[in-house]
Amino acid sequence: MIENERHVLVVFPHPDDEAFGVSGTIASFVKQGTPVTYACLTLGEMGRNLGNPPFATRESLPKIRKTELQNSAKAMGVKDLRMLGLRDKTVEFEDEEKLADLISEMIDELNPSLIITFYPGYSVHPDHEATGRAVVRAVSRIAKEERPKLYCVAFSNNCEEELGKPDIIHDVSQAAKEKLGAIQAHKTQTAFFYDNMAKRLEAKDPDALKWLQYERFWTYKWND
Amino acid sequence: MQAIEKSEVQKLIDQFLNEDVYIHIETTNGAYATHNDPSFFNASAFIRNARIRYERGNITGDGPFRVGLKMELGWIYGEGLTHYELDEQGRLLMAGLDHTGKLAIAFEISRTPFE
Repeated sequence: MIENERHVLVVFPHPDDEAFGVSGTIASFVKQGTPVTYACLTLGEMGRNLGNPPFATRESLPKIRKTELQNSAKAMGVKDLRMLGLRDKTVEFEDEEKLADLISEMIDELNPSLIITFYPGYSVHPDHEATGRAVVRAVSRIAKEERPKLYCVAFSNNCEEELGKPDIIHDVSQAAKEKLGAIQAHKTQTAFFYDNMAKRLEAKDPDALKWLQYERFWTYKWND
Repeated sequence: MQAIEKSEVQKLIDQFLNEDVYIHIETTNGAYATHNDPSFFNASAFIRNARIRYERGNITGDGPFRVGLKMELGWIYGEGLTHYELDEQGRLLMAGLDHTGKLAIAFEISRTPFE
């Protein structure tokens, strides 16, 4: 069950962060006619997979990943893709107040009823953590009763232990094709994952089917 | 990029002797190394667009290779290098790729700043 929204703002630091566990949700909103803005902070310049024999260099990878991100947006039906021009692995060293300003500007412009990002403290990669913190800081500037909903992705080893089970479960089976399309779009990052998943889906592996059908989020718990 | 040919790379390193160049160096185990294996101690370093000048530069080893640059006041070196390319902008891009194609080290020299 996916609730109706006025506008959905998705904020992640890397091309492909949206693909694995959020692309079905994004595509479902698009299918419902809900406008979705996807703001991606970096171009994943520091991605490690260059292939052997290599298909890219450290310097050509960002250009390839930019195209992949655009293809992923197309696969999900996202019309408003924003690339914010930060650099992979450096997000946590930026001025958090200024990062939050960037997010606040988008919130003021778009007036989203739902924002999706990473859960600070439970999202492993330093860029994920910094992105989640900046979004939380931006949303916390809004009076409590006027804040948009904030759904977070968490996957640290301790996340269920500390946050409990995810309280938001989306059935995205209507958007399975778009979800797989988003994953395929990021092929420099996901080729191995995709091939493996395609085999498991064909074999009707229950965990793989569950992964395709459901996406899980934790509503951010405010302290105030 | 192609597999390193030692004598070719040595020639390319010598091209930049005694002039101002920009260096990109990174080492990495990936941001998820400790997430995937809690016993793994993750450490790395990254520097981009340090402007330096070197008076001697060598590639050594039998593969994976090592590259060392001697500067007036210090040294830069990297190890684990397997691949290289002189790109269309005349930059020497070297990298160490593991057997699965994941980058472990990048070592790059350019006459103009990296973007």
